[in-house]
Amino acid sequence: MITLTHYIVLSAILFTLGVVGVLIRRNAIIIFMCIELMLNAVNLSFVAFAHYLNSMQGQLFVFFTMTVAAAEAAVGLAIIVAVFRNKETVNIDDINIMKW
Amino acid sequence: MLNLVGLILLFPIIGTAINGLFGKRLKKETVGYVACGSIGLSFFISVLVFCGLLLLPPDARLFEKQLFSWIESGSFKAAAGLQVDPLSSLMILVVTGVGFLIHIYSVGYMHNDKGYHRYFCYLNLFTFSMLLLVLSNNFLLMFIGWEAVGLCSYLLIGFWFEKKSASDAAKKAFIVNRVGDFGFALGIMLIFLTFHSIDFTEVFNAASHGNFGVGSFTVTVITLLLFMGATGKSAQIPLYTWLPDAMEGPTPVSALIHAATMVTAGVYMIARCNVLYTMSPFTMTVVASIGAVTALFAASIGLVQNDIKRVLAYSTISQLGYMFLACGVGAFTAGIFHLMTHAFFKALLFLGSGSVIHALSGEQDMRKMGGLKHHIPITYKTFLIGTVAIAGLPPFAGFFSKDEILLESLVRGNFIYWLIAAIAAFFTAFYMFRLLFMTFHGESRVDHHVAEHIHESPRNMTIPLMILAGLSFVGGFLGIPGASAINNFLAPVFGGHPHTEISGTESIGHHSEGHPYLMMVISTAIAVAGISLAYRMYVKKPEMPGRLAERFHLIYKLLLNKYYVDEIYDVLFVKPTKIISIQLWKRVDALMIDGSVNGIARLVGWFGNIFRHLQTGYIRNYAFYIVAGCIFIIVLTVFGK
Amino acid sequence: MSVPILTLITFIPIIGVFFILSIDSKRQELIRVTALLVSIVVFFISLPLFFNFDSHVYDMQFVEKLRWIPSFGIYYYLGIDGISLFLILLTTFITPLSILASWHITKNVKEYMIAMLVLETGMVGVFVSLDLFLFYVFWELMLIPMYLLIGIWGGPRRIYAAVKFFIYTMAGSVFMLLAIIALYFLNYKSTGEYTFNLLEYYRLDISFAAQFWLFLAFFLAFAIKVPMVPFHTWLPDAHVEAPTAGSVILAGVLLKMGTYGFVRFCLPLFPEASHAFIPVISWMAIVGIIYGALVSMAQDDLKKLVAYSSVSHLGFVMLGIFAFNIQGIEGGITQMINHGLSTGALFLIVGMLYERRHTRMIADFGGLTKQIPVFATFFMIVTLSSIGLPGLNGFVGEFLILVGAFKSRILYASLATTGIILAAVYMLWMFQRVMFGEITHEENKTLKDINKREFVILAPIVLLVFWIGIYPNSFLRKMDASVNHLLKQVGDKANIVSNIQIHNKPEQLQGIGVPKIDIVPENKTEW
Repeated sequence: MITLTHYIVLSAILFTLGVVGVLIRRNAIIIFMCIELMLNAVNLSFVAFAHYLNSMQGQLFVFFTMTVAAAEAAVGLAIIVAVFRNKETVNIDDINIMKW
Repeated sequence: MLNLVGLILLFPIIGTAINGLFGKRLKKETVGYVACGSIGLSFFISVLVFCGLLLLPPDARLFEKQLFSWIESGSFKAAAGLQVDPLSSLMILVVTGVGFLIHIYSVGYMHNDKGYHRYFCYLNLFTFSMLLLVLSNNFLLMFIGWEAVGLCSYLLIGFWFEKKSASDAAKKAFIVNRVGDFGFALGIMLIFLTFHSIDFTEVFNAASHGNFGVGSFTVTVITLLLFMGATGKSAQIPLYTWLPDAMEGPTPVSALIHAATMVTAGVYMIARCNVLYTMSPFTMTVVASIGAVTALFAASIGLVQNDIKRVLAYSTISQLGYMFLACGVGAFTAGIFHLMTHAFFKALLFLGSGSVIHALSGEQDMRKMGGLKHHIPITYKTFLIGTVAIAGLPPFAGFFSKDEILLESLVRGNFIYWLIAAIAAFFTAFYMFRLLFMTFHGESRVDHHVAEHIHESPRNMTIPLMILAGLSFVGGFLGIPGASAINNFLAPVFGGHPHTEISGTESIGHHSEGHPYLMMVISTAIAVAGISLAYRMYVKKPEMPGRLAERFHLIYKLLLNKYYVDEIYDVLFVKPTKIISIQLWKRVDALMIDGSVNGIARLVGWFGNIFRHLQTGYIRNYAFYIVAGCIFIIVLTVFGK
Repeated sequence: MSVPILTLITFIPIIGVFFILSIDSKRQELIRVTALLVSIVVFFISLPLFFNFDSHVYDMQFVEKLRWIPSFGIYYYLGIDGISLFLILLTTFITPLSILASWHITKNVKEYMIAMLVLETGMVGVFVSLDLFLFYVFWELMLIPMYLLIGIWGGPRRIYAAVKFFIYTMAGSVFMLLAIIALYFLNYKSTGEYTFNLLEYYRLDISFAAQFWLFLAFFLAFAIKVPMVPFHTWLPDAHVEAPTAGSVILAGVLLKMGTYGFVRFCLPLFPEASHAFIPVISWMAIVGIIYGALVSMAQDDLKKLVAYSSVSHLGFVMLGIFAFNIQGIEGGITQMINHGLSTGALFLIVGMLYERRHTRMIADFGGLTKQIPVFATFFMIVTLSSIGLPGLNGFVGEFLILVGAFKSRILYASLATTGIILAAVYMLWMFQRVMFGEITHEENKTLKDINKREFVILAPIVLLVFWIGIYPNSFLRKMDASVNHLLKQVGDKANIVSNIQIHNKPEQLQGIGVPKIDIVPENKTEW
């Protein structure tokens, strides 16, 4: 029997993967994918809890998250493309001029 | 007829408005007619009002007319209301009468001036303000008039504003007067606080029927504060310094404002508040002492001055001192009487000196005059009458009024007052005749190219002189001891108050039989002595003054430099204020306050400078901070409790 | 319900902004005229406020109340009484004049005029709102256009001045915001209802300790705005750098928000604390009067001189308000209007001189009267009104303030009265150096006298200067009911005066209040 705990553990693993990915990878696109991973980890726990609590609110939030994620993906990718056009790289270590 | 009193004020202000707004586009004649006409009408109404007052029985001679309510806030009420009583009716006659003559004189005197309409606009405004001052029925409205005459004085002293000395003098006059007004304003507030009203009738009634004993502390403070205002306006020690400088203005202005009317406002105010003043013996002593000292002090400076107008200015200060002395010993009638006669002869003397200056194309230094007697005979004759009047020879106006003051200062005051006044009278006779001799007699010391142009003034200047000379001659008969018309007329204002021991209704002779005639002889003798000394020094032996000046070098220099009072004030007040203000600005404001404000800003900037290095620009650093923060919070919530 | 006048005068400028937005920014003349027309329309709409104002009623009039954010108890709640009436009229009166005075602006005219109109909305909004949340919104709203006016169209050090102005005001406002929120919760605690309604707050019974801190927070915001010494240093900088119209509005209206705040919030909300602060504030006011005057005397820049004179004048206003009697407060309100008119006019005049000569240094002038006599006349009248010459407006306010102060404490009034001597010194000295004497600079010999536009700007001000000076009752009567009510409010809530003055410890102040109308009884004047 797959219990709520399984879902939460899976979600936590996925989220941690995402976090570690954001922290250690250099490629902007991979970081971007890691963020998506984190979002989906959260989505998973939403759905799990919705089922567990017998409430539709969790599901509702998932749709929200997906919409936001879609928008974010569009904007984010556009930024990455724009950066690539300017600097010919997507290595974030080279993109550090946004400071003081 | 008394109801017309509002018109007295209306005409001059209409004149001001016409000349002020349209004067530039009007012809010079029209401007003159408007100005003189408005004052003339005002004078006419004043005479009607005066007659109206005379028709009433003496006890009922008080007429009040409320125009509108001016400032009202809570229990504080100041009305715009007029009051006609013997005192104010006498004042309006003097102001409009002398004012009218001086307006006519000015038409001739200012004829070639570019600011012709401006001049008459100011002069009409002045007359309006002065009338407001004397006609008001409460302290605050009087204060308006008080400040407004100060303003006109400022504008007219600085009339030739291109001259630095003129604008300096104007500013000085205004500021010194403001110092006095400071006292006046505080006095009004204290009156309001004490009597819950600032209406003359109410205040004086409350004062005489209330529970204020003679010598009450509050009343003493009130009267001293009001007197502070009077010393400013009437140029008494210690605030007299502005008046000699005020001679920078056109001469008719000096005659009207700085001799005949405005400067006597202080005397008028004290006479108006006689109820309060007689309740405070201490203040009376102060008033009398300051008056006496000023009379002597200013007269002594007048002895050696060489500018014809400055001699007259110091003479004015000295004569005002007499008036204060009279008020201070409780002889208000004598003070007002002298105010009136002084208005006549001092206006005459100033206008006469104006005529001299006019004849000499602007020369004011008496050392460059002399022997003008034959060139400008009318001026000379009228001037002579004025000089005799001020010196106090019978039967001219000054004799009666000054004699009365001398007498009263002895009878009601003490011997010291009398002695000071007598010495000052001797000085007066001396310096006035010195002025007369230096100007009109002896050798001519006039510059050659000026001498060619010497001419008698036009008719519109000499006629006022003649009228004033006539008044200086007959004016004294109003106050002949024993049968004093002015005494009886003013009695309702100055007499009959419970606290007053002084009662103006009694004739002077009543106080001390025999004295008046002896006193007349003595004061005549004093005047004659002064005149003969001047004659010896300036006609018989013209070299004597120089020798004396050398022998008494120090005293002479002290007098010539006016006791260095201006310099002392400069060191004591003017310079420190300037230094303090600059120090306050540069050190306190810019350095301390702004410095600490900017210091805080810099401190914040400094911290920012340090912490900005946390912003590396590397996304993973930021992400790491976020994660670290999240973990920290989770740990805190889970294990914190 | 009749016409919502207050909403109209608050938001017509914003409608005007939309008009101007639709105009091509190259058509400068059209933009200027539109802005001017809008502000004139606002002025005319505001006139009925004066004529229809019922002077016998102390309640708020022309009230408009709508729900705005009901869940937080926030209302769109407007209304005026005799205290705010004249400040609104002053605002609607000054704005068209300052727009007219900015005719020479050529840089970004469109943005400039938009800023002016938004500023008007903000200013009027501050005076009409009775909901503290709404008030705060307007309070911050008017900050932005002013910041832009100084920062974009100002003089050489405009950025410094603008930032200083902004941060100073913000620093104060933040504390005020905190205090407003504290009031919000205090009110909930005692009534169980969430509301920002000012009139509800008036009924609150706040402990002295709370009053003390809340008063301090409001005090800081308003004292900076007034400004009281030593929070004043933003003022000279802002004035000097601001464009003429900016200075006029700053002096004319913005500074009044501080003093208005004291009357509207501090006194009725925290009566005991206000009372305890009388000595502190009175002394600050007196120091301000004398200090402002002395520093003003040392200035060589005309605008700075006028700016410091504002510090001195507003010291008088504060002294009057904290005299806690009818003369003091009515005098204070009158003086707010007077200062708006005369100092506003002085800034206009300095601006006109600047347009002609491109300098504000006193030393660069001298002898101008000869060249520009009509201008000199206006300058003279305004100067005299600023000095407080009887018969002109300045005197009425100053004298009532001094009478009020005198009633509460003779020492205060006596010290403050020296300010009128100093005022004469610095103003007349300035006037002499600028207008009298010989013309010493060649450039000054070709100056042009006042033109029609300038005449139209100055003439209405001078008319009002005379009107208030000669018949102030038409203004004072409208304030009576409100000021009396204010004093009653303060008196009802405040404990016995002596109680406060003798025991200054907060714990002892929680005794039973004794109603008193005039806090300082007439017969108990202190020396």
